[in-house]
Amino acid sequence: MGKKEKKNRVKMREQDPFERARNFMEVPYGYTPDEAVEEASRCLSCLKPTCRTGCPVEVDIPSFIKLIKEGRFIEAAWKIKEKNALPAVCGRVCPQEIQCESLCILGKKGEAIGIGNLERFVADYEASQGEIQVPEKPQPTGRKVAIIGSGPGGLTCASDLIKSGHEVTIFEALHKPGGVLVYGIPEFRLPKVIVEREVGYIKMLGVEVIVNAVIGKLHTVDELLNGHGYDACFISTGAGLPLFLGIPGENLNGIYSANEFLTRANLMKAYLFPEYDTPIKCGRSVAVFGGGNVAMDAARVALRLGAEKVYLVYRRSEAEMPAREAEIHHARQEGIEFMMLTNPVRFVDDGKGNVQAVDCIKMELGEPDESGRRKPVPIKGSEFRLEIDVGIPALGTRSNPLLLNTMSDLKLNKRGYILAEEGTGMTSKRGVFAGGDIVTGSATVILAMGSGRKAARTINEYLKWKYWDFRG
Amino acid sequence: MFRIVRKEELSDVVLLFEINAVDIARKAEAGNFFILRIDEQGERIPLTIADFDRNRGTITTVFQKIGKTTHHLAALNEGDYICDVIGPLGKHTHIENFGTVVCVGGGVGIAPVYPIARALKEAGNRVISIIGARTKNLLFWEEKMLGVSDELIMTTDDGSYGKKAVVTIPLDEILREKDVNLVIAIGPAIMMKFVCITTQKHGVKTLVSLNSIMVDGTGMCGSCRVQVDGQTRFACVDGPEFDGHKVDFDLLMARQRMYIEEEKEAMERFRATAEVK
Repeated sequence: MGKKEKKNRVKMREQDPFERARNFMEVPYGYTPDEAVEEASRCLSCLKPTCRTGCPVEVDIPSFIKLIKEGRFIEAAWKIKEKNALPAVCGRVCPQEIQCESLCILGKKGEAIGIGNLERFVADYEASQGEIQVPEKPQPTGRKVAIIGSGPGGLTCASDLIKSGHEVTIFEALHKPGGVLVYGIPEFRLPKVIVEREVGYIKMLGVEVIVNAVIGKLHTVDELLNGHGYDACFISTGAGLPLFLGIPGENLNGIYSANEFLTRANLMKAYLFPEYDTPIKCGRSVAVFGGGNVAMDAARVALRLGAEKVYLVYRRSEAEMPAREAEIHHARQEGIEFMMLTNPVRFVDDGKGNVQAVDCIKMELGEPDESGRRKPVPIKGSEFRLEIDVGIPALGTRSNPLLLNTMSDLKLNKRGYILAEEGTGMTSKRGVFAGGDIVTGSATVILAMGSGRKAARTINEYLKWKYWDFRG
Repeated sequence: MFRIVRKEELSDVVLLFEINAVDIARKAEAGNFFILRIDEQGERIPLTIADFDRNRGTITTVFQKIGKTTHHLAALNEGDYICDVIGPLGKHTHIENFGTVVCVGGGVGIAPVYPIARALKEAGNRVISIIGARTKNLLFWEEKMLGVSDELIMTTDDGSYGKKAVVTIPLDEILREKDVNLVIAIGPAIMMKFVCITTQKHGVKTLVSLNSIMVDGTGMCGSCRVQVDGQTRFACVDGPEFDGHKVDFDLLMARQRMYIEEEKEAMERFRATAEVK
């Protein structure tokens, strides 16, 4: 036996950046079985694994990696599904580098094991084999839970509760379930067939999904709890209303919120217009404003729609960008032009109600602000004009009042989000739980899933004892 | 899936659909709208709720054949299904006894004015209605409007029926002669703009219902944003009704034209495939 050879992470093959920047097909190809075994074999099988503590939904990471090592891929998929109903989604969109992988011991001196890559592999493998296993139906409890919103939080909560034997109904406002997974995250990052497959799995578990149901309008939460016989309700409606820049010209034609731009492209398939009816302004020269994952998604969609130039305009520097490193890397590779320390001042009209340019000003970093990041301040006299025909503010969202306005007895925080107990999701209203972006403001898929999991646990207890003690 | 239970051709371009939608019918109020998507490839478009029947579990809408989606919709028949119907959306009209109210409906805008006029009448208001259209065959619901109005005035641009006038002419006369507490106007943006110019002269509060382009209809996308009193508002959740004297109608009209080229392309394609069939 020779000296132990330290191996690097098995790279996932990707579409060539120039090619992929013009199509909507997924960027990475995924591991082959051999690659997966090779990567899994790097795992040291630590006696006290730390990776697991980094997973918001408590996936048994060491066990599923061990199963991959042994070539037992289907069993590995089942192992993940014990804790996570959406493995193909999480394998693609979770920020593993700051969660499980950041705790991997291999990462101390080299590259952490590719937990996300492996998770994605086994989920895709299971689906490709057509051996989707559904756990045995538990004894029915006779309790009913309503879940409002079918995004990652709602889906996780639903799958946990159905496994406990409760009757679960998800109400979705849009015509397709999945929430941000279908309207927000683009096809090339998360193919919609995968979302359909995972939602399909949750339906196979017995969850009823009702689309086109805008709660607050069609039914109120009180009606669900009283008239419709639901014992508890989990609100996971997402954050909602898009923020705009508040500068002149923001309502000109060609200015889209990132939410709208992505919804048209992803949910409504506007990139297939006129085969699909929904139109979208593709733009020749597009500017996206913001530095988060949504900004990266919008910029990369614009590129794929055929824009010649796509600028990413951000008022701070790249170091402060909240987007995942991998997303920034991909965007840059594909040719998105980064304009850091730049802030838009006004949009310019072409005289016909369309945007033709945006006036920007250069910024520099000053003293740290309340977020701890150095505050960008404008540099006098540095204004310049950027010709664009599409502008996309991707500044995050604020609380959507549509449902909350119908619940006067629900306590909200200062920002208008639901006040919910950390770790349980309990709200000030008896029988009502909440989680995901409608509690925290814009966050990530996996954090929403984590809150769905925690709420499911508390809902289970509540359904047994019907005891309510909110300490908000 | 939502079944079309009744189809009525109010003219060669204006159609009425009564759609089976039990839950929406139970909750709909005057002033609400809904969104539909015909099929898997379809776009989401907002349409007004012209009536609702809680017992039959139906909602009624009236629409004009303009673009691809409305032409496609018009080609459906009784017994056919619409893939998605979402509602009731938007804030409903605030109804109370204001005194005398003038309800102005232009073109297909007559339809959503009807349930508002009815509710106002039931609340004890004196309701004067003005309904107008370009020409006689675009005018509809004379009898229904008569049934909920104390007075009904009809106009056509070409004089083929009723008064030869645009709606603002009789409106101006009424406002000059009578004490009016509120005007409600629904119709093309240009009509609502001129109604507001007319009522502003007389200082009469005016509500308009804005028909901007929408996608989700629940506040998520901001496609429907309008400017009211200098502020950006979302027609789908903040509206669709706003104080007409504060609405930037020119912006509304510009935004309504945003996809004019794409609409043309879609329409041509639709015609071509319809001919092949």
